[in-house]
Amino acid sequence: MARRVGVEVSIAIAEAVKLAKAEVIPAYPITPQTHIVEHLSEIVANGELDAEFIPVESEHAAMSACCGSSAAGARTFTSSSSQGLSLMSEVLYIPPAMRLPIVNVVANRAMSAPISIWNDHQDIMVQRDTGWIQTFAENGQEAVDLTLHAFRVAEDRRVSLPIIVNIDGFTLSHVIEPIELPDQEAVDAYIPPFKPRYKLDPRKPISMGPVGIPEVYTEAKVAQDNIIKNSKKVIVKAWKEFAEQFGREYNPVETYRTDDAEIMLVTMGSISETAMTAVDKMRDAGQKVGLVRIRLWRPFPGPEFRKAAGKAKVLAVIDRTLPPGALCGPVGAELRSLFYKIPGSPKIFSFVAGLGGRDVTVARFEEIVEKAKKYAKKRPKELYEVIGVREK
Amino acid sequence: MAVNDAIVGWKTITWGCHVLEPGNSAEFRTGDWRSQRPVVDKEKCIKCGMCWIFCPDMAYSQDDEGYYEADMEYCKGCGICAHECPKDAITMVAEEG
Amino acid sequence: MKEVRLHGRGGQGGVTSAELVAIAAIDEGKYAQAFPSFGPERRGAPVAAFIRVSDEKIRTREKVYTPDIVLVLDPALPSLVDVAAGLRDDGIVILNTHLTEAEVRKEFGLKCKLAMVDATKIAIEVLGLPITNTTMLGALLKATGIVSQSHLEEALDRRFGRIAEKNKKALQRAFDETVVAA
Repeated sequence: MARRVGVEVSIAIAEAVKLAKAEVIPAYPITPQTHIVEHLSEIVANGELDAEFIPVESEHAAMSACCGSSAAGARTFTSSSSQGLSLMSEVLYIPPAMRLPIVNVVANRAMSAPISIWNDHQDIMVQRDTGWIQTFAENGQEAVDLTLHAFRVAEDRRVSLPIIVNIDGFTLSHVIEPIELPDQEAVDAYIPPFKPRYKLDPRKPISMGPVGIPEVYTEAKVAQDNIIKNSKKVIVKAWKEFAEQFGREYNPVETYRTDDAEIMLVTMGSISETAMTAVDKMRDAGQKVGLVRIRLWRPFPGPEFRKAAGKAKVLAVIDRTLPPGALCGPVGAELRSLFYKIPGSPKIFSFVAGLGGRDVTVARFEEIVEKAKKYAKKRPKELYEVIGVREK
Repeated sequence: MAVNDAIVGWKTITWGCHVLEPGNSAEFRTGDWRSQRPVVDKEKCIKCGMCWIFCPDMAYSQDDEGYYEADMEYCKGCGICAHECPKDAITMVAEEG
Repeated sequence: MKEVRLHGRGGQGGVTSAELVAIAAIDEGKYAQAFPSFGPERRGAPVAAFIRVSDEKIRTREKVYTPDIVLVLDPALPSLVDVAAGLRDDGIVILNTHLTEAEVRKEFGLKCKLAMVDATKIAIEVLGLPITNTTMLGALLKATGIVSQSHLEEALDRRFGRIAEKNKKALQRAFDETVVAA
């Protein structure tokens, strides 16, 4: 039987990795991911999980070891954050191109300087184009469920791509909350043993990672782009099967009270729950406000998003990163591309909030909606606005 | 019309760009890169095999008498064998037109 | 939903207290959240932690700005930190203090509902250490009943193992000695 327990989300994620029977875990600790790998190293050391925990000397080494173990056919997990994820960056491009189904839970954190250990989405947006499938969890239960789902999808031969599960650092990773941990039999039924199509095996040698000359490279990248785009079908189907197995439903895009909503907030990650409370409050005051939450970020679920939000008059999109010198944040830019010159599509206003651990409160969401209403009547000068910033 | 110099299609490229046939570097004849070829002086050669060890293209093999000789299909004339030979038994000789 | 803000000092176990309350509430079948005010852990520095307990699913992750309950682990903190900041009208501040109600009101200017216990004295006598996190849970139970004592003691057992008994004894003594003043 599944157990409902009060547990820190990081510990629950480690338990999910144990339930998924990861075989190799190369990892380097970094705040706020530390508790995940700490607990996994304990689980491995005390014999609860038959896995190789490799305490590597850096995140660059962690991801390199992940590539090796996944290429050799082992179920591979790692976890990182912020500067650590950036130190992995050089290697992060390799597993998607070589179709190595590594699962990486990223406890999202700001980037230095100034030094910040606190939550926002800068670290993952820097790695946006590495080719990993990317999902965002909005609560602890979802962090566990998306981790299990990640193993299932990554290792599916139609996909065979690595997956990053994003969980907000501290605001998810360090929170104690009720989480249902599924039982081993159910997880075994959901995640079959890893049977890679190709692996490094001296009895049947192949070469992985050869040079891609100009006459090949473009075709290799187009193939990769098609593989991740086509992975959406498998991702969605695996969520349907997850619902059948565990009773919790997930979709690439979720809506909350959007039926007749004229203004929709757009969020990713753990601020979504606070946004729901804000929507309830504004609904109680008679405002036609709803919420759209993006769970699947890569591959971007364009048709699903259009279906969810296409009827809104105004979208107030919240980015958790401020790319210096850009026209607006990455989520705002994505949605502007999605709706570009489509007749009757919503007006899109882009906001930046919650940088480096700044609390995104119910009141902030109300402020964003007020601003979006104002901008719908009179176009703002800038393509984005930073919320809650002090001038003097 | 623009020239398409691609040598493989994106729909037919191998899974993950893997090279699925082992040892296919043997198909790659590097001998035609050569402008100089190694000539072994059997008077000086002590059959130590240093040329065989150092050859980057694994072109050297041992003959029945134990001497080493480079396969001209693969020897690209780099001269490493001549440089490494402890007895200066290998001389690089210009290939003639 | 009940919202709790906990004030302590780094190393006093405030975060552990918050966790134990949330775990006890979840074990009771309720919904709960506990989280620290995230930051570098510095021994001795004033720190806060937050708890929410509810019969329904909790859908907010902002910090606790308008607490129903404030739990203060350290007797010196009310003169350093505005412990009653944002407290709801019917809220309560629970203090570790050897002072009387009148002295507390005069010293710290607190007009709200109060609960008081000399937790440092109890902790030194029972645990042999001035660590008041589990002791103050007894005061929290007495003043608010936010969770059941049995579920809290079970959570203590799981967390502390063989030293749980001493902590439960300190908790019980604080429960018995806490004075609640409207």
